[in-house]
Amino acid sequence: MIEARGLTKRFGSVVAVDGLTFDVEPGRVTGFLGPNGSGKSTTMAMIMGLDRPNAGSVTIDGKNYRDLRWPLREVGGLLEANAIHPGRSARLHLWSLAQYNAIRKGRVDEVLDLVGLTDVANKRVGKFSLGMGQRLGIAAALLGDPAVVLLDEPVNGLDPEGIRWMRTLCKSLASEGRTVFISSHLMAEMAQTADQLVVIGKGRLIAEMAVADFVARSSTQSFRVRVASPEPFITAVESSGGATSANNDGTLIITGMDAKAIGDLALSKRIAVYELTAQASLEDAFMEMTSDAVEYRGAK
Amino acid sequence: MTTPPTEAVFSVDAPSGRAGLRHAVRAEWTKFWSVRSTPWSLFALVVATIGLGVLSTHALRTQPGFTTDPIRRILVGFNLSQFAIGVLGVLFLSAEYGTGQIRSTLSAMPRRPVVVGAKAIVMGGVGLVVGEILAFVAFFIGSSMLSGSPSQVSIGDPGVVRVLVESGIYIALLGLIGLGIASILRNSAGSIATFAGALLILTLIISAMPTFIVNAVSRYLPLNIGATVFSIGPPPRLQGTPVFSPLVGLIILAVYALVLLSGGCLLMIRRDS
Repeated sequence: MIEARGLTKRFGSVVAVDGLTFDVEPGRVTGFLGPNGSGKSTTMAMIMGLDRPNAGSVTIDGKNYRDLRWPLREVGGLLEANAIHPGRSARLHLWSLAQYNAIRKGRVDEVLDLVGLTDVANKRVGKFSLGMGQRLGIAAALLGDPAVVLLDEPVNGLDPEGIRWMRTLCKSLASEGRTVFISSHLMAEMAQTADQLVVIGKGRLIAEMAVADFVARSSTQSFRVRVASPEPFITAVESSGGATSANNDGTLIITGMDAKAIGDLALSKRIAVYELTAQASLEDAFMEMTSDAVEYRGAK
Repeated sequence: MTTPPTEAVFSVDAPSGRAGLRHAVRAEWTKFWSVRSTPWSLFALVVATIGLGVLSTHALRTQPGFTTDPIRRILVGFNLSQFAIGVLGVLFLSAEYGTGQIRSTLSAMPRRPVVVGAKAIVMGGVGLVVGEILAFVAFFIGSSMLSGSPSQVSIGDPGVVRVLVESGIYIALLGLIGLGIASILRNSAGSIATFAGALLILTLIISAMPTFIVNAVSRYLPLNIGATVFSIGPPPRLQGTPVFSPLVGLIILAVYALVLLSGGCLLMIRRDS
């Protein structure tokens, strides 16, 4: 159980994290979602006691990270940038971390096997690909068999097979009763992995909700429709239980009906349909939600 | 959604107590020896110390009477290895900041003074052992080269064992000063430059000052303390300036190391990593 209360972090005049309050509960995967630069990594670093909050607090089962008795046995973290000396082998990197927390040597080989790095265990980490580095980071996070697992952008650099493996791993860690908190800037990825969402933008909490609710809310699918005679069609749609709104360009947005129902209705009213386009995906809904809070935007 | 099993318990084999200095020293020992730069630096240190000592002693054998303090010539390589050990001490910590490894280290041991303390124990221990071995090996090679010459020197001569033992301690303390500078500055290049500057440039600048400043300050400079440690009598370079006895000099260096390392710990507690 992770509890953030009014968590705030400033870098100079920039407020990176602004009064964040949220809970991460055990037994499920909680996705930490936000655009790039929204403060996810800074929040993760504060949970792990690496960055100090300017205000507020974050605790793990009621304790500050710096007060944990055996940190790696209680919390396992994968940090965004590869936090590993490139000159050391994967095995000795893990062994030194294990020694810090009196973890037995056999556990190093177990986690190497779990993430599929046994064959390259004695290779220097500097020679690893991004995906291998990511797997090593996950091995380090699982080294102490911790009840709380924090993964910052875990699918970065993973190939599709690796992404699927990651997803399964997170779900099984949660099903064992662990607290699993993973950050991502991709809604579609979270929708497939997470049970619960914490959405932030510009360092502020935007939403804290179940993924199922988010999907239900945002898959109120809407359609963009262009017809020969809008007026009678609007009446027809509304009498069939749909809702309409008119766009400036003469098209209609229809919700509450699926594409087949809209097409059949137009046919029965003998109104010609020139366009019928499905709108809004999860990603769109997420973009909509965070549109006011995007830090970096490409020029239009 | 998955239903959590009630009262799930993980990491069941956790021992009682908490992660502390004992564990940290073992982990830092593993880290010290598991990067290639360590054996290479130590190898370079050995070659420089022994090699320079042999060259310098050879010169002494062919120019008998050149010095009344042959041990200073035998240990001349320490003037180089004091920089090598300092760089090793710097890199032991600054490389962790440069690569991001420090974040892994601090997630395994969030109490900063324990991390710095463990590094100081490993660095100080290695520096001491290497320093003592080098001092005695260099002496036995050098004294065997000088045997039969007017400058011959034996381990039993007054002051010889004192010089050899304290030279090893000096090397260990310079390694700790390097580590201490890195704990404050974090950056490799800046820390190495500061270390070299504190040894060389500071000594040069002070020596160019008016006499009353030279007399007041120069005995506190690490390089001048080193000069008194490496020689049996007062070093000729410092003729006429007040110096501390070698033992007091080493205590002053230990205070420098302690102040730098404690300052580094305090900064690490306050700063983001």
